[in-house]
Amino acid sequence: MVMKEQKASRPVTLGWSNPKFRGIVYQLLMVLCLGAIIWVMAGTAIENLHRLGIASGFGFLNQPAGFSIIMSLVPYSEQSTYGDAFIVGLLNTLLVAVIGVFFALIIGFTVGIARLSGNWLVARLAAIYVETLRNIPLLLQLFFWYIGVLRAMPKPAASLEPLPGFFLNNRGIVLPHPYEADGFWWFAGAIVLALLIGAGLRVLAHRRQKETGQIFSWIKISLLVLVILPLISFVLRGAPLHFEFGVLSGLNFKGGLRLIPEFVALTLGLATYTAAFIAEIVRSGIESVDRGQREAAQALGLTRSQTLRHVIVPQSMRVIVPPLTSQILNLMKNSSLAVAIGYPDLVSVFAGTVLNQTGQAVEVIVITMAVYLLLSFIASGFMGWFNSRYAIVER
Amino acid sequence: MTQLTLAPVRRRISAIAWVRENLFSSPFNTVLTLAALYLIWLVVPALLDWAVFRATFTGLDRKACLGADQGACWPFITHNLGQFIYGHYPEEERWRVNTTFVLGIAGLVPLMIPRVPWKRLNALYMLGFFPLAAFVLLSGGRSGLSPVDTAYWGGFMLTLVVAVTGIVLSLPLGIVLALGRRSRLPLIRLFSVIYIEFWRGVPLVTVLFMASVMLPLFLPQGVTFDKLLRCLIGVTLFSAAYMAEVVRGGLQAIPRGQQEAASALGLGYWQSMWFIVIPQALRHVIPGIVNTFIGLFKDTTLVLVVGLFDLFGMVQFQLSDARWSTPQTPTTGYAFVAFVFWVCCFGMSRYSMSIEKRLKQGGSK
Repeated sequence: MVMKEQKASRPVTLGWSNPKFRGIVYQLLMVLCLGAIIWVMAGTAIENLHRLGIASGFGFLNQPAGFSIIMSLVPYSEQSTYGDAFIVGLLNTLLVAVIGVFFALIIGFTVGIARLSGNWLVARLAAIYVETLRNIPLLLQLFFWYIGVLRAMPKPAASLEPLPGFFLNNRGIVLPHPYEADGFWWFAGAIVLALLIGAGLRVLAHRRQKETGQIFSWIKISLLVLVILPLISFVLRGAPLHFEFGVLSGLNFKGGLRLIPEFVALTLGLATYTAAFIAEIVRSGIESVDRGQREAAQALGLTRSQTLRHVIVPQSMRVIVPPLTSQILNLMKNSSLAVAIGYPDLVSVFAGTVLNQTGQAVEVIVITMAVYLLLSFIASGFMGWFNSRYAIVER
Repeated sequence: MTQLTLAPVRRRISAIAWVRENLFSSPFNTVLTLAALYLIWLVVPALLDWAVFRATFTGLDRKACLGADQGACWPFITHNLGQFIYGHYPEEERWRVNTTFVLGIAGLVPLMIPRVPWKRLNALYMLGFFPLAAFVLLSGGRSGLSPVDTAYWGGFMLTLVVAVTGIVLSLPLGIVLALGRRSRLPLIRLFSVIYIEFWRGVPLVTVLFMASVMLPLFLPQGVTFDKLLRCLIGVTLFSAAYMAEVVRGGLQAIPRGQQEAASALGLGYWQSMWFIVIPQALRHVIPGIVNTFIGLFKDTTLVLVVGLFDLFGMVQFQLSDARWSTPQTPTTGYAFVAFVFWVCCFGMSRYSMSIEKRLKQGGSK
């Protein structure tokens, strides 16, 4: 009631002194300016496209591309369309991103934990790793891996063979190619069964601990089951996979899983570079857990591994995951540097070759950017979900 | 209860005890130490061998670096150093680049040392006078200076031009966007959010492609931007989004009371922002700005993909020179560029850390 009176007592003016009125004017001005800029730019662009005789629209995606791509996860030939080339590029980008993230996480967590090691030498080495890699441009590192390491390997005939069946040469890396054998499904079934048993044991162990307080170490038994069951399947049904090895024939290898040097260099460069940033995130995350937490856990009689599992890791994950997500996103965006060393990723194939051939700069750039934006939104959506799930619940 | 205040006892430990405690405290630790030592033994001698003992230091062309067991080919660097620094900038005009550099350092050093007064004046010099002076000096065509086309710019000079322009222009843009994102006017807030999230979601390479192939389409016939200018526009728009997020962090750290007090004193929105909030916020985000600069500085190497030759591009360009083509030339060139970038970035990150520490301790200014 009181509020209503106050509101009424204030004269509504449409003058400059009314902040609401000013706000509306400012916003209108901004919209008008933006609209005018877009109007003028679009007009010029249409005129320019017309004058240069460049087609517009997305029809070009159905036209034959007529160029080949050195690496493709799906069938692709020179008769394929620009749309197919887009798919090839996109898949190549995703492939590098997924494998790069996998290795970056492993290296990053290892180095981050090593930086906190009580071993002085190990901590120093980890610090040197981080400070060296993150202060040198990624592009330079990619060129180093590509030209300095992979292209400098011996010719296929003189390949290095660090492990039997693994070959390194200047045409890339040849790995044994796994194929599923007769025992594959038995083996896979055994693993799934073992995992189910482990999960069941975990539930039982937790229930028993809640009721009686007795601790039942389900992890050890589950691990044992995880080894024994597949072993039985192996003995009874034979190997789950058989491998096809690469064989040197003429100037290059035939068979096996051949990875092109551009792919190896890009994955290696992205993973080691991003790992340096991940290591710093992991370190600061673990350091953010107060000393008192560890001491309190010790005072309660928790073992070292229990302290780690139940006290340190859950609390540090809260600090680690948000910046970690943005590093993973960075890795994905940085994979666009592929264009410099010639790996056929989305930017290189689509914003490079396709753009040059069709000249449809606007459409191609818009599609390329939209793909990256979409991936970014998915990742930030995940981050939001994680934050809301694991954020500290204030009581 | 009387409380004795004793200075913490300084543990004095012998070198052997230190080694035992830090390196060999448990079997696992011993294994780690041995593995680390093995790694060092594997890398360090090989690196020294390559860079010093088997390297060539003098010579006039590739013949000097064709030994059987050749290490680094340093004459490639010393011989081309001028190109690596100035690109194809005319030799008799290089003094202009040097003068610009000195002018920049003269403004930057007092700005970086927290004790030196007149920060506002200094910042105005760096953001106002210096860019103008640098522009006139480098591109010429005015006051008796012969014009130098940007196609001749290159090397470390171009790296600095791209990085510094990007930061200097993106700072005001970033401040405006950060204020926009915190504005209570919904349309302005929406625009700022879309702008920031858009540029942060796409890789710089695509931005550079866009600037080099798409931007010309939006210009009326007859108006042409040169390659460098297009690239600078792309870099500025891109880094403004990152800068906005850094500045927003600083704005959030300023208590509401500051702005309320300013309003109570009769200051309007822009006055209270300009005199009260922004100066305090910027002080908080100096480390963030330096880190953004480090990122941008490293990212300048990407201008290579649109055909500009920064330090790395220049080295890459010289690698195709037949007079220096040896198996060791590429590695030597990359090592040189890596070293230059490492020194710059490491130095800047240490500076940013020291400022951060100062801010945490609540140091004045």
